[in-house]
Amino acid sequence: MSDKTSSNSNGEYWRSNLRIVGILMSIWFIVSYGCGILFVDQLNKIQFGGFRLGFWFAQQGSIYVFVILIAVYVRMMSKLDKKYGSKQD
Amino acid sequence: MDVQTWTYLIVGLTFALYIGIAIWARAASTGEFYVAGGGVPALANGMATAADWMSAASFISMAGIISFDGFDGSRYLMGWTGGYVLLALLLAPYLRKFGQFTVPDFVGDRYYSKTARLVALICAIFISFTYVCGQMRGVGVVFSRFLFSEVEGPMLFGFEPITWGVLIGMTVVFFYAVLGGMKGITYTQVAQYCVLIFAFMVPAIFISVMLTGNPIPQLGLGSNVIGEEIALLDKLDGLSTQLGFDAYTQGNKSTTDLFFITMALMVGTAGLPHVIIRFYTVKKVSAARVSAFWALLFIAILYTTAPAVAVFARTNLLETVPNKPYAEAPQWLKSWENAGLIAWMDKNDDGIIQYTKGASMVGKPAYDGDNRGENKERLLFNQPTEGANELYVDKDIMVLANPEIAKLPNWVIALVAAGGLAAALSTAAGLLLVISTSVSHDLVKKTLAPGISDKQELLIARCAAGVAVVIAGIFGVYPPDFVASVVAFAFGLAAASFFPAIIFGIFSKRMNKEGAISGMIVGIVFTAAYIIYFKFINPDANTAESWWFGISPEGIGTLGMLINFAVALIVCSFNKAPPQDVINMVENIRQPEKEGEELAVSDH
Repeated sequence: MSDKTSSNSNGEYWRSNLRIVGILMSIWFIVSYGCGILFVDQLNKIQFGGFRLGFWFAQQGSIYVFVILIAVYVRMMSKLDKKYGSKQD
Repeated sequence: MDVQTWTYLIVGLTFALYIGIAIWARAASTGEFYVAGGGVPALANGMATAADWMSAASFISMAGIISFDGFDGSRYLMGWTGGYVLLALLLAPYLRKFGQFTVPDFVGDRYYSKTARLVALICAIFISFTYVCGQMRGVGVVFSRFLFSEVEGPMLFGFEPITWGVLIGMTVVFFYAVLGGMKGITYTQVAQYCVLIFAFMVPAIFISVMLTGNPIPQLGLGSNVIGEEIALLDKLDGLSTQLGFDAYTQGNKSTTDLFFITMALMVGTAGLPHVIIRFYTVKKVSAARVSAFWALLFIAILYTTAPAVAVFARTNLLETVPNKPYAEAPQWLKSWENAGLIAWMDKNDDGIIQYTKGASMVGKPAYDGDNRGENKERLLFNQPTEGANELYVDKDIMVLANPEIAKLPNWVIALVAAGGLAAALSTAAGLLLVISTSVSHDLVKKTLAPGISDKQELLIARCAAGVAVVIAGIFGVYPPDFVASVVAFAFGLAAASFFPAIIFGIFSKRMNKEGAISGMIVGIVFTAAYIIYFKFINPDANTAESWWFGISPEGIGTLGMLINFAVALIVCSFNKAPPQDVINMVENIRQPEKEGEELAVSDH
């Protein structure tokens, strides 16, 4: 394996990794600290079934989103691993 | 059969199961003792992680706290699950790629320094102890109510039943943690997860059907009350304000404080050593990611049910207790009074239970032995408060009392007791493992006596686990505060110490040992000092006015973490960059995994 091409593709892998993590972490922040804490009073004015929306985000919605975030992360990273893993072999 | 018999039966069966698994899977080498040989399937590891991580606080206390705090209880729901996202995205895969046993291992190698390893080690032990005490207390709460109070009355050989509960819990954990190591613990935890989730869901589903007609508690929470045209949450808001409490769905804490507490809990979860160590027990980095997904999914089942349980319990409590004569009070109230976790002080001598906002008495209940008053209530030494409230209810009992409050069959009540024990024991075992690993591997093997054999190291690990159980038991009998509070402090300390060091270790090649060490020390000392000052030295000053920036001791870990980050960056810039081999190591952690690397752990 030639050092130069490998370190380039490693750099790319790491940058893609950071991009994925960055996007997912922003969503993480928005649903929990945004919807559940900072803007909860505004969202509570919206009724959602038997819930106030802010309350629902704080005690239910944010948790559902967290599970989805990790599922998406696992899928995207395994795609990324395939893409770069095969180059190295 | 009565509750007592059912409890003996179900708890006995589950304990026999755990011990059987521990014997079947006992550890033969340090590799098996520390990380189960690194060969646990991702699904099983996810389940074990979920049990490890869902402690007595999650099972017993959390729904209870939410039940009393309403919206403010969200901090635990978001904090403990959101932290998992941090862990899965920012820490777990990289630490797995690094492929050593413990967090101090990573810190020691990444910061090329025995001092760094030692500081991380002390933080790990300190945090684990704080946390394990909470678990022992949880075990005590379960035992005190279900295994003793109805046989012998409140006192048994001069001890409160809760003390006996702690002693029994210690013995069981000692047995399987010391014998089985990580391998035994992992497979026991898989069984414990099944027990605890079943025990949590069954009463929740029962009560959801009874109250709302919807069998899914998460949906029942948003449904109308059966036979009425009003949403459950609106009804509870109404009941609460009518009795003089705050509306359930509105918060009481300031937004700043809620933000800081939630952040401390999140970052703390990600930094907890007993959770991180779980990711060393799978074969590959990709398996670490998958196992993090399973773990959060399993956790989310309980965490989305807990707010429903909280609302159900609160509604039932407010409908059955306030403004009723004590003589006609339900049996569960008297049972828990015998267990020392409910107290009633008839301030206006009318024989009726007044329950409203505010403390009923000064301090925690101090019972006058088993002496009874006019209405047969247990007499108290406490001074009454000015307010009209006469009832003291320990928050920890809500989940355990819930099936009784809702008049569910006796086996359900017994099942909940077994679930609470499963939750407490699984977490306690995981923590004891971290403590013993820290001592035998990080302290003795890597620092004090590098020449010892695998067998000797294993023996030291087992002794350390034994000593840790005893100390934890002592703190469990004399706890600083109720379960979740104790645990909340562990999170603050983890947030302020490990988290920045590990984040820098992965995401910055420039961070050097000077920066990381000073950050960790300043972070944990600051946080511990703030907590100790407000909780122990000067508890009278523990009010929003005297807190820094309005941040309570529960949330101070977040500030500690920011200070840690800042100190690390500043000190780092005045010292030279880390050596080339460390930079190569960081480079390696960031690359995709190659074939053959996955076997690294079994070489140890």
